[in-house]
Amino acid sequence: MSRKPYLRKMPKSWWLARRSYTSYMARELSCVFIGAYSLLIVVGLHRLSQGRDEYGAFLDALQSPLSLVFHAAALVFALIHTVSWFSLAPKAMPLQIGEKKLSGGPVVLAHYAVWIVVSAGVLLVARI
Amino acid sequence: MTEQTLQVEILRYRPETDQDPAFQTYTVPYRDDWVVLDALNHIKDNIDRTLSYRWSCHMAVCGSCGMMINGEPKLSCHAFLRDYYPNKVRVEPLANFPIERDLVAVTDDFMEKLESVKPYVIPQQERAVDEGPHLQTPAQLNAFKQYTMCINCLLCYAACPQYGLTPDFVGPAALALAHRYNLDTRDAGREQRQEIAASNEGVWDCTFVGECSQACPKSVDPAAAIQQTKIASTIDWYKALLNPWGKR
Amino acid sequence: MAKSNKPIVWSLFAGGGMLSAFVTPVLIFVTGLAVPLGLMSLDSLSYDRMLVLAQNPVGKIVLFAVIFLPLWHAAHRLLTTLHDVGLPKGRIAMTACYGAAALGSIAAAVVLLRI
Repeated sequence: MSRKPYLRKMPKSWWLARRSYTSYMARELSCVFIGAYSLLIVVGLHRLSQGRDEYGAFLDALQSPLSLVFHAAALVFALIHTVSWFSLAPKAMPLQIGEKKLSGGPVVLAHYAVWIVVSAGVLLVARI
Repeated sequence: MTEQTLQVEILRYRPETDQDPAFQTYTVPYRDDWVVLDALNHIKDNIDRTLSYRWSCHMAVCGSCGMMINGEPKLSCHAFLRDYYPNKVRVEPLANFPIERDLVAVTDDFMEKLESVKPYVIPQQERAVDEGPHLQTPAQLNAFKQYTMCINCLLCYAACPQYGLTPDFVGPAALALAHRYNLDTRDAGREQRQEIAASNEGVWDCTFVGECSQACPKSVDPAAAIQQTKIASTIDWYKALLNPWGKR
Repeated sequence: MAKSNKPIVWSLFAGGGMLSAFVTPVLIFVTGLAVPLGLMSLDSLSYDRMLVLAQNPVGKIVLFAVIFLPLWHAAHRLLTTLHDVGLPKGRIAMTACYGAAALGSIAAAVVLLRI
């Protein structure tokens, strides 16, 4: 009897097929906002190097509705990145004390603790 | 009292007559202690003898009855009808593999990849029987024990979109087993396995979707193994860069 | 199989992902929302303050790291995501993603050195 294996094609919209794939895609899309934000900082520094008025115009542009919408979306995706990054961190850092393998909980909590300290530090410096 | 029943929708493919696979619906009696495999066995024994599928142990040990159940990769001996009743259950062969017939997937690709990562202890030196056993402490064993639990059921491959997108990707179970032997204190074969594991088609095709570990019925956690292999391979790469006269 | 050079970009991806996870949300909040909306004083991002930061050698290094690493992280992730949604893996996509990150990094370095 001859064989005739049937190949199923993976649909381009595979990432909509399961909820876990969709949240993976949301995590991956965070890169668009993180990359754009990095480039925005370059633009800001460029305006800063041009002088007081040019930099002032840049700060004004940050107040435009378009900029606010972008940053609001970017914040949401940056948070998706942070939360997913921390939740996967234990997989990269297995802990074992003696015979006992430790659960990933403490690793995740340590990341959140550092995150809170760093964020509070930035807020504090920005306010002074 | 009328008997409670459940509808099971099965993707059928008979290579000698079918151009494309198509769903066929069967009505089976519902029992709250039945798993999907029981329903398949009922169909095979009482309704349609032509239905093909793989199974053996009925207790999540042999790893042969993996299928897509309502779109999720699961062992059909581990998926209770009561979790779906009264809704229909849709059963398809494992995703990302070609279909041989009905629910039977073609798994040759995985077998070749598994072999390529040399999933066995490669000792530094052959050990004669009269030298006694190669001792290992419980701590040394526990460092890799979870990765020994793999039953090659391929649910991780069916869950992995990267394997679906890039069929050359070595994939979760094979890479987890490579990691398992690399971590074994009796083993000295890491460099040989890295040929495959650290290649572009090895760990570098993984984008850490993480679904392999979610799908694994044995808590092997291939995503962790791959992640750790990426880190170790990166350290190797920088070491080789800093010390080009080193042995790698 | 050929020895992979993926570790170069992957280490930047991982380093950038880690840095981004810790600092990007708060930076976006301060520069893109809190200050523009008036929740925080405009002085936080004032010309004089930012100039002091960007002219300080340590400040330059910090600013460069905060731009460079997340940019490479984003470029590498974008490349894999483009493949995920059906773009074939190839030189064009790779050159576009990594090239954009390289140009952004060079621009950042030039601007920071000039200030």
